[in-house]
Amino acid sequence: MSRLAKMSAMLALIVAVAVVTPHTTPFLLMLATRILILAILAMSLDLLLGFTGIASLGHAAFLGLGAYMTAILAVRFNIGLGWDFWLVMLCGILLGAATAAVFAVFALRARGVYFLMITLALSQCVWGLAYRWDSLTGGDNGLNLPGRPSFGPIHLGDDTAYFYLVLALFAVSLLLLYVFVESPFGRSLVGIREHETRMSVLGYNVWLHKYIVFIVSGAFAGLAGVLWAHVSSEVSPEDLTLTTSIDALLMVVLGGPGTLLGGVLGAVIVLFLREYLSTLVPWWPYVLGTMYIAVISWLPDGLLGTLRQRWRLAPVDAAPPGRLARAPDRG
Amino acid sequence: MDVHFWLLQVFNGMSYGALLFLLGSGLSLIFGVMRIVNLAHGSFFLLGGYVALSVIHFTGSWLLAIPIAALAIAIIGVAMERIFMRPLGGDQLRQVLLTFGFVLLFQQGALDIWGGDNLFINPPKVLARSLVFGGYYLPLYRIFLIGVAVTIGVVLSWVLDRTRVGATVRATVDDAQMARGIGIDTSRVSMATFGLGALLAGLGGVIGGGFLGVYPGLDSDMLPLSFAVVIIGGMGSLTGAAIGAIVVGLLDNFGQVLFPQAAYFTLYAPLVLLLAVKPTGLFGRE
Amino acid sequence: MTAKWFRLAGLPAILAALFTLAAPRANARDLTIGVLWPVTGPLAQIATDSINGFQMYLDEHKDNFHGATVKVIIADTQAKPAAAVLQAEKLIKQNHVDMLIGGVLASTGYALAPVSTREKVVYISSIAASDDLTQRDAAKYPYFMRTGWSSSQPEHPFGEWACQNGIKKVVTIAADYAFGYETVGGFQQAFEACGGKIIQKMWPPIGTSDFSPYISSIKADADAVFILPVGGAGPLQLPRQLQGAGIIPGKRLIGCGTAFDEFILPQMGDEVVGAVSALQWSAALQTPEAIAFVKAYRAKYGKVPSYFSESNYTTAMMIDEVMKETNGQWPGGEKFISMLTALKVNAPRGPVSFDDMRNPVQNIYVRKVEKEKLDGYPNPELWNVVTKTYPDVSQFWNYNKADYLKQPVYSRTYPPCDNCK
Repeated sequence: MSRLAKMSAMLALIVAVAVVTPHTTPFLLMLATRILILAILAMSLDLLLGFTGIASLGHAAFLGLGAYMTAILAVRFNIGLGWDFWLVMLCGILLGAATAAVFAVFALRARGVYFLMITLALSQCVWGLAYRWDSLTGGDNGLNLPGRPSFGPIHLGDDTAYFYLVLALFAVSLLLLYVFVESPFGRSLVGIREHETRMSVLGYNVWLHKYIVFIVSGAFAGLAGVLWAHVSSEVSPEDLTLTTSIDALLMVVLGGPGTLLGGVLGAVIVLFLREYLSTLVPWWPYVLGTMYIAVISWLPDGLLGTLRQRWRLAPVDAAPPGRLARAPDRG
Repeated sequence: MDVHFWLLQVFNGMSYGALLFLLGSGLSLIFGVMRIVNLAHGSFFLLGGYVALSVIHFTGSWLLAIPIAALAIAIIGVAMERIFMRPLGGDQLRQVLLTFGFVLLFQQGALDIWGGDNLFINPPKVLARSLVFGGYYLPLYRIFLIGVAVTIGVVLSWVLDRTRVGATVRATVDDAQMARGIGIDTSRVSMATFGLGALLAGLGGVIGGGFLGVYPGLDSDMLPLSFAVVIIGGMGSLTGAAIGAIVVGLLDNFGQVLFPQAAYFTLYAPLVLLLAVKPTGLFGRE
Repeated sequence: MTAKWFRLAGLPAILAALFTLAAPRANARDLTIGVLWPVTGPLAQIATDSINGFQMYLDEHKDNFHGATVKVIIADTQAKPAAAVLQAEKLIKQNHVDMLIGGVLASTGYALAPVSTREKVVYISSIAASDDLTQRDAAKYPYFMRTGWSSSQPEHPFGEWACQNGIKKVVTIAADYAFGYETVGGFQQAFEACGGKIIQKMWPPIGTSDFSPYISSIKADADAVFILPVGGAGPLQLPRQLQGAGIIPGKRLIGCGTAFDEFILPQMGDEVVGAVSALQWSAALQTPEAIAFVKAYRAKYGKVPSYFSESNYTTAMMIDEVMKETNGQWPGGEKFISMLTALKVNAPRGPVSFDDMRNPVQNIYVRKVEKEKLDGYPNPELWNVVTKTYPDVSQFWNYNKADYLKQPVYSRTYPPCDNCK
């Protein structure tokens, strides 16, 4: 498919979602909002996993930081409930990026599975702070936001309005990330993923590339965090546990790493099985677990990756993502 | 806080470390051979405890429960490795995430089979007492824990260092490609290692059931601690696992008394620094 | 037990549910109740006990509250506040429930109370006990109602009991979060007011399984240890480890009522015999209501009812009593709250009424764990035998309400531990 056709298909899909969702049920509308937010998180992780070939097990940390920052500003200082919401959003993005810049200094010293472990330990530190620093974070009780922002004629307290805001930010994120991975810089990331040694022989600064992509990833995850804080007007340490990080990884792997949209599909599946199926049957964890095992076992390229190959939609450079994450830890 | 306090704390920390060694040594071996992090390792621990409870329920024998539960978990581990992990080849990330699928299945399965109550594996009366001398109360069960861990550690290191089987495992840990080159069936080594790791975790679950109890959520309580053990010790090293287990046991004990405000932070922040300075842990190899 | 929940008729049902537009408004004679419990995950047994208690009352009354057909929709909170909020909003906006019940952890209670305010829907907390929900924050949540208890409520009388019964110096080991602070704070305030001394306070994190570092620092001159372990292995292990370290029976074992609740008591051993605690419920209560409830519950579910079960059974009873006054018509949220507040019921736990901040006024029982045969059951078992009853205890005990509300909520540092040096 040509780039133009792809872009217009995407646009059509987003418009369709925008038109249809508010006319379904209130629950679907709320669920769709959450899916879109976690889709931003999953796409930001795909940048690392699918395009650069490094798997982080600590992405919940950035989501949590963005969310806690938003909640603390709103609860303790009454900031971010009017027009200044946009400022808070910018701060959330910057906080995500800045934290990623610090984390990456530590994390990028490790490779492969060791990278998984160090990102895990880093995000557990953030969780520990959220849990223990009661005076700031409310500890185990978490924080209740006074409500969603409203500015001018727009009241985000209305679920439909908030859905549109999230959808718009999702679309912008998708576009920016798409431009990013299609840029020469993004191309060299794929080069690093495929042949790290060759790239560094060719004179690319591999470390710097990884460092920058980690920061970009952190920024988008921070944005997701700001939106997450307002989705249920509440943040708690539960939002940044190991499970959240694993969820994000699974979304990417289920959908198909290296596809951006795969993460979106993964978010749809995981949230549907977790939140929707749980309203119907109490044994939903079996379905979720079996789904993980089945997709990972039999669809190595994830759902979207497999579809792509079936329909030959894949651009020439899309390597079988099944091998993407091979840890080059044996030199 | 006098010298008595410190002596007692060292003893307590060591006994907790003994339990962590059973868990961490298996995780570490699995990592060394297969280069994967087994997220289901806590679930093996939990299932070991539950299977033991069932054995005790039907036979009344605690001694019988230990080998049966450990073997049952080993069989689950081998089956997992053969049927699900093996076909993924060397794709480590997908193997790691696959184990998480099993975490969900085991968790819900255990809840449905054994219920959500907080259960306890009563050890024989002999072990339930405390040794008293010089004003110290030393619970016999804790001494037993240390004894089991030391025995397992000695046997394992003898097998690894002195036997042919051990040599093939060590060769695979050092360089799997080379091992294959000289005719070692690394696929079978992987299977055996995963089974052994599961066995050790299951054994830990039975023994730990008389110390921590058996309850839903035990799996996710133990998992981060066993990670900490292998991160400190370095993955794939038995000595490392032993040292890591003692360090985590003591850190957990003293950290709670000396830095009560930062109980979680004291565990993870040093790990980050350690990993940043020496990404493969104290005794791990690239 | 959760029969209503197993109505899954396969994929078509899911698809139909997916594409249904907003569900039709329930029949005027229906009473739709959304209950939110952590059905999966580590707290699942609490969810089961709670659902069973509620369901037993419904079964006894054939799902009919004086003409209103009761429909219960169970939602899984997964013990995560964010999931609880989503499910609560779904129940309100899509299922048009008349009220919400549930939430185990304080964090869930604090997350759900604002939802009820925002959506003007009644939210009943039968378990979550955080003091301020019906104290300093009560005005913020006009649709919030508590049918269980507040954390410090049993501890005020218990503190007085302890100091009148020969306990002079107490060391506390309680879980490091709001529930622990409020429990210990309430006990300390009343205990020290009548002459007792708290000489050491320790706060192990939730989920602590090895308490040895705390146990070995217990001050030698204490004559009692007050415990409140929460999460994971702790509740079973702390008494055992106290015994293993030779602390008990040399010092007396006392604690929060939940530390010896029937939820955990059957799994405990002789180490807890003699342990004293206070709560609004004990399965060993020798009143006709309590005995009948225990026997019926045990026959139906094979377990001695915990306070989780009693609290939710009583909650169902209270709703039924309100519906009696309205002849089965849902009176609307505001009216329901005011009618429930004016209610007086004879629950298994005893007579219960409410104060004007929507918290129960009820008996607090001081209970001592004994191994004996009770209620005609054949084997000797551990029971919380009631040794003293404090009738009609409110969350303000015998303090002046206005003064009480002026002091800060109990915390890690309040009341200060003046005798800890």
